[in-house]
Amino acid sequence: MSDFLSVFLAVVLALLVAPMLQKNTDTVWANLRQITFVKKNGVLVSTYLLGAVFIWVGLMIVAPQLYMVDFSFRDGAIGGDPEAYTLKNYSYLIFGRDSDENLFNLLHLQIFLKTILASVGVTLLAFLLCYPIAYYLAQSTKGGTTRLFLIALILPFWVNEILRAFAFRILFGSSGVINVVLMGMGILDEPIDFIKADIAMYAGLSYAYILLMVFPIYNAIESLDHNQIEAARDLGSPWWRIHYRVVIPYAKPGIASGCTMVFMLSAGALAVPQILGGPSSLWFTQIIYDWFFTGGDWSRGSAYAFVLLFSCIIFVLAVMKFFKVNLGELAK
Amino acid sequence: MTSDLIQKYMVRFYIAMFFLYLFGPLILMGVTAFNSPTFPTAIPIDELTMKWFSVLANDKDMIKGIKNSLWIGLGVVCLAVPIGLAAALLMSQVHKKAQSIYYMIVVSPLLTPGVILGISTLVFWDRLGVWVDADYDSVFYSGIFLSVIGQSTFISAYCMLIFLSRLQRFDRTQEEAALDLGATNVQVFWKILIPFLRPAIGSAAFLAFLTSFENYNTTLFTIQAESTLTTVLAGKVRLGTNPSLSALAVVIVCITLVGAVTHEIYRRREMKREALAAEAAKRAADIADKGMAPV
Repeated sequence: MSDFLSVFLAVVLALLVAPMLQKNTDTVWANLRQITFVKKNGVLVSTYLLGAVFIWVGLMIVAPQLYMVDFSFRDGAIGGDPEAYTLKNYSYLIFGRDSDENLFNLLHLQIFLKTILASVGVTLLAFLLCYPIAYYLAQSTKGGTTRLFLIALILPFWVNEILRAFAFRILFGSSGVINVVLMGMGILDEPIDFIKADIAMYAGLSYAYILLMVFPIYNAIESLDHNQIEAARDLGSPWWRIHYRVVIPYAKPGIASGCTMVFMLSAGALAVPQILGGPSSLWFTQIIYDWFFTGGDWSRGSAYAFVLLFSCIIFVLAVMKFFKVNLGELAK
Repeated sequence: MTSDLIQKYMVRFYIAMFFLYLFGPLILMGVTAFNSPTFPTAIPIDELTMKWFSVLANDKDMIKGIKNSLWIGLGVVCLAVPIGLAAALLMSQVHKKAQSIYYMIVVSPLLTPGVILGISTLVFWDRLGVWVDADYDSVFYSGIFLSVIGQSTFISAYCMLIFLSRLQRFDRTQEEAALDLGATNVQVFWKILIPFLRPAIGSAAFLAFLTSFENYNTTLFTIQAESTLTTVLAGKVRLGTNPSLSALAVVIVCITLVGAVTHEIYRRREMKREALAAEAAKRAADIADKGMAPV
């Protein structure tokens, strides 16, 4: 309990000390600024602004995240000492139980790697699917048609994520439309188990986040002056080089933004793997869920969650570096 | 020339396939809602029926889930919209050096997987509850309250982005003029800033409610013993199911279609009104210029 208190106080202190450090460096100036802030907004509005942002940043973003990380280093198992720090939740992910035959926890590591690699795959697939559409809408259609297309794009996403996954289950199930049609045409003798083969899941994942890929790319390409494409074409550039040298470099922030969102959502997806995943293959988020609600070890679940969060942060940083964009351009 | 034509048809074909991929599964699901077999089947059509809609209307779990979802959505709107507004207004007033850090912190929930937001909210409030020695039926352990908090963590960031984009077009001199004329800060806030931001407040509230209503990943962890529409749905789908879920999808599509069309009409009207107002203002300015010239 006292540990929790100390973490909590540290956060509050950090939020209080940050402006005070500024004060120390230049007391008069900082004082003035503080007064101007209040003067500019009035006491009531200032209180509202600072209060709301403090609740959000302090109590909803920073403190819970820090506490989750702290919690992941505790022994949360029944009978464990909840006050002592330990690395065993993380070492379990890598090495498993001591009594296991294998040195490494192959099952969980495999699932983790599969989740990350498959999410990268889903991201690439979504990009390949969406880029042509985004380009076509941004450069080749006019006002009214574009709006119509955009509404058509948004429409399926008004339907809940779970119902969308359900639709894919109807499509890919063993008595689903695809199997019935293929068997009716005499191509198949017996149904293919798309769900067991995870095909349904990958299709469902890349379907689920199409919108988040199309829109950033569309927004980026839309502001590209069509004359640039004409000029490249007049100078004899083939279509693929126009895309490679003109359109894609210009649309880089949009592509980076779309890729980050789709990767993050795929790696963190829970509904689609739960509904469309095969019975023998799990997604990393499903293991986290199991630690919380069937394994009953919240600390270990938090440790796994932090590993997932860390991977996502690495991916975001890699994308930012690779596309040379900053965070402001990513989150638009 | 023929290669151009081929390319054109290829593009058309691609777009047709893309939208087939987009709508096909949903249309098939819609069909199963009206087909009689107990396992959702699109083809062959056995017998057209409406019975799945009445099954849906009598599903107590689902109704309870929908009710909870509505309450949570309402709570999120009440929490996330004011927070998003405050965060957006503060953005321009944060010291330049701190601005990028501030921005990084407030958009980070958008780049964090939903499950992690749910987990961190759950463990944090659980510990807060232990710390203040709260009862098990207090807010610290209430699924509804925690869901509102957990969802608002990232929905506030959406709201903030909406407000930021609207604020970019705000003319600061209006505020200064009002202050010069003797208005108080609170008056400026209520009579100038809020009316200017009204369309953004509407969009933010709408988006916040919808995002909350559809959220699954965060809610699954924070909701605990309670249920929402999405958790009820996911439970049903995982256990195998009947076409009443398809019926629900049909209902949702119909409601949202109406909603989307209304929103679109409203937006067009608003845009037209703004365009008219701008034109009127310009004309008035022209007349004033001309009127002043001879004098």
